Amino acid sequence: MSSPIIATAAAGAASHGAAAATGAAAPLLSVRNLSVEIPHRRGAVTALHDISFDVAKGEILGVVGESGAGKSLTGQSIIGLLEPPLRISGGSILFEGQDLCALSPAQMRRIRGKEITAIFQDPLTSLNPLYTIGEMLMETVLTHLPVTPDEARQRSLAMLGEVGIPAPEERFNHYPHQFSGGMRQRVVIALALCANPRLVIADEPTTALDVSVQAQIIALLKRLSREHGTTVVLITHDMGVIAETAQRVCVMYAGRVVEIGPVRDLVSAPRHPYSQGLLQSIPRAGQPVERLAQIEGSMPRPGSIPEGCAFHPRCPRRFEPCDRTVPPSYAIAPGHAVACHLFAEGAATGEPG
Amino acid sequence: MIRVEGLTRHFDVSGSWLSRTLDRRPRQVVRAVDGVDFTIERGETLSLVGESGSGKSTIGRMIVGLERPDAGRILFDGRDLTSIAPAEARRQRRRMQMIFQDPFASLNPRWRVRSLVAEALGPAEPSAGPAGGRSRRAQRRAEVGRLLREVGLQESDGDKYPHEFSGGQRQRICIARALAGRPEFLVCDEPTSALDVSVQAQILNLMRDLQSALTLTYLFISHNLAVVYHVSTRVGVLYLGRLCEIGTRDQVFGRPRHPYTRMLLDSIPDVTLSGRPRTPVQGEVPSPIHPPPGCAFHPRCPLANDRCRRERPEMRTLPDGVAVACHAVEEGRAG
Repeated sequence: MSSPIIATAAAGAASHGAAAATGAAAPLLSVRNLSVEIPHRRGAVTALHDISFDVAKGEILGVVGESGAGKSLTGQSIIGLLEPPLRISGGSILFEGQDLCALSPAQMRRIRGKEITAIFQDPLTSLNPLYTIGEMLMETVLTHLPVTPDEARQRSLAMLGEVGIPAPEERFNHYPHQFSGGMRQRVVIALALCANPRLVIADEPTTALDVSVQAQIIALLKRLSREHGTTVVLITHDMGVIAETAQRVCVMYAGRVVEIGPVRDLVSAPRHPYSQGLLQSIPRAGQPVERLAQIEGSMPRPGSIPEGCAFHPRCPRRFEPCDRTVPPSYAIAPGHAVACHLFAEGAATGEPG
Repeated sequence: MIRVEGLTRHFDVSGSWLSRTLDRRPRQVVRAVDGVDFTIERGETLSLVGESGSGKSTIGRMIVGLERPDAGRILFDGRDLTSIAPAEARRQRRRMQMIFQDPFASLNPRWRVRSLVAEALGPAEPSAGPAGGRSRRAQRRAEVGRLLREVGLQESDGDKYPHEFSGGQRQRICIARALAGRPEFLVCDEPTSALDVSVQAQILNLMRDLQSALTLTYLFISHNLAVVYHVSTRVGVLYLGRLCEIGTRDQVFGRPRHPYTRMLLDSIPDVTLSGRPRTPVQGEVPSPIHPPPGCAFHPRCPLANDRCRRERPEMRTLPDGVAVACHAVEEGRAG
């Protein structure tokens, strides 16, 4: 399948290819040619390079990549929490048509926590140990919603029940240390969802948890996203979590998007050589293999990213243009785009095995 | 090669005598490992899986001697390491090594890689004369080079410092250090958990190559079931310091008997999108300070009955060789 290789002529328009095919409805979030850099005495080091993707309303988009791929930076840019000296050096982040990059810190504060919220990896550091979870929930609700304290309390209790915390009335007055790891992450999810946000950035929400609890948290996120119509950007290194949760996946490598497409297509038939290597290197229970496929070498650090395609020194299928020009994004099927020269029009090797 | 019998380790986690007395609190003891038995044959890989707090790392640390067991025996080639003279135990333990999870924490950042690996070769023997000293130094240098090449690094990497390497390469240095004493048995405690998947594949392949080249025996400790499936000959499943099931890889993964094993296997995220039905998982691991009475798993177990709440199940070996500690399996209630 997906033999039509549509090389968009203009390089600038090419990176919009993925977006155009997403669907008819206007996307809730649209990241356009986003670049993030670290200023340096001489010039700047590029951390994110020309990232573009769209997230439709109610969709769960998985962002996957290895450490250093820039997936967390992408999340931090969207929610406006980039740690200085990191700064956005180009592009835009359109949230319901409004460019978040152009907002003042005060304007951004009104959106953050109300419209866009975040769930981070470690529930213990996201919760203030000096407040009861009830106080934290009440504060969040009262800050963002026009409700009375009594309504806020009702809402908080309902939210705790919804994320599966038994006996919410009683737990309301407990401190974070009185909860187990899985329960704490449920509290963090309740906090993230209690003001009814439109978009949730979930950055490695299950990485610190045991497998049995991880499965529970994934199921919870999926259910809440479905019931509330909340859009989720799920950032993780675990392809299994993405496959179970997301509708679309965006694969990142060295600060760039290398492939974006529907989960089913990307998992069963990845097209970019990096995505292929990544999926083949995952061991799978129940499928005995003598040796795992491995990608030689390791991800380049920001500042020493190779010329041309960032993946070319490790790529088993590299050819002439790879070490010179950065590959634009080629749409290969509706909603499926690959940034690889193999898919350029006329490239003889366009059909990876 | 290794036989572990009734291995037990308790940690006292109570407060100081004063605060205990003031608050009238009793001593609190965590039963990190509570009567574990297993054997490892030469050349095989036994994996221990379990969630956090199941005692898997403590078992590994006791075998290599980083932790003293409170009860039980560790037999290494028939010799009990817990009862023989300490000097003799140390001599035996030179035949074992351990690889740790975090390659960032286990290498001294101020040492060059060459010194880090040479340290593991043991003290330089006193030399007869200046000529002898030079040839020994050359020998050690050659040996370090050989070890670095064996784990897929270059001899010239010996001049660098650990920070110049990526996580995967650092884990290679740790493996080179572990191999320096020519061990026969390696305890690998989550060796790839801190690594990315593509690097994890490199390290797992390397460990497999080394196992067949040097006939190594592994005790592999991990919480990642897919990795365990890939590396193991046999698998033991731990829950709150006790083994609940042990058998060959294909038995444990193909036909899990213990309800906990079934639940654990059901909770692996499915990369293949097979649409396999999954039983919803209930609850979390209880506190090891106050483990539930009877079978420790009974509060989360769909098959639990009164006997499970009262009586601790013993390990029983089934006709096909799998050992399971479960009343429901024994009574045929597990289906």
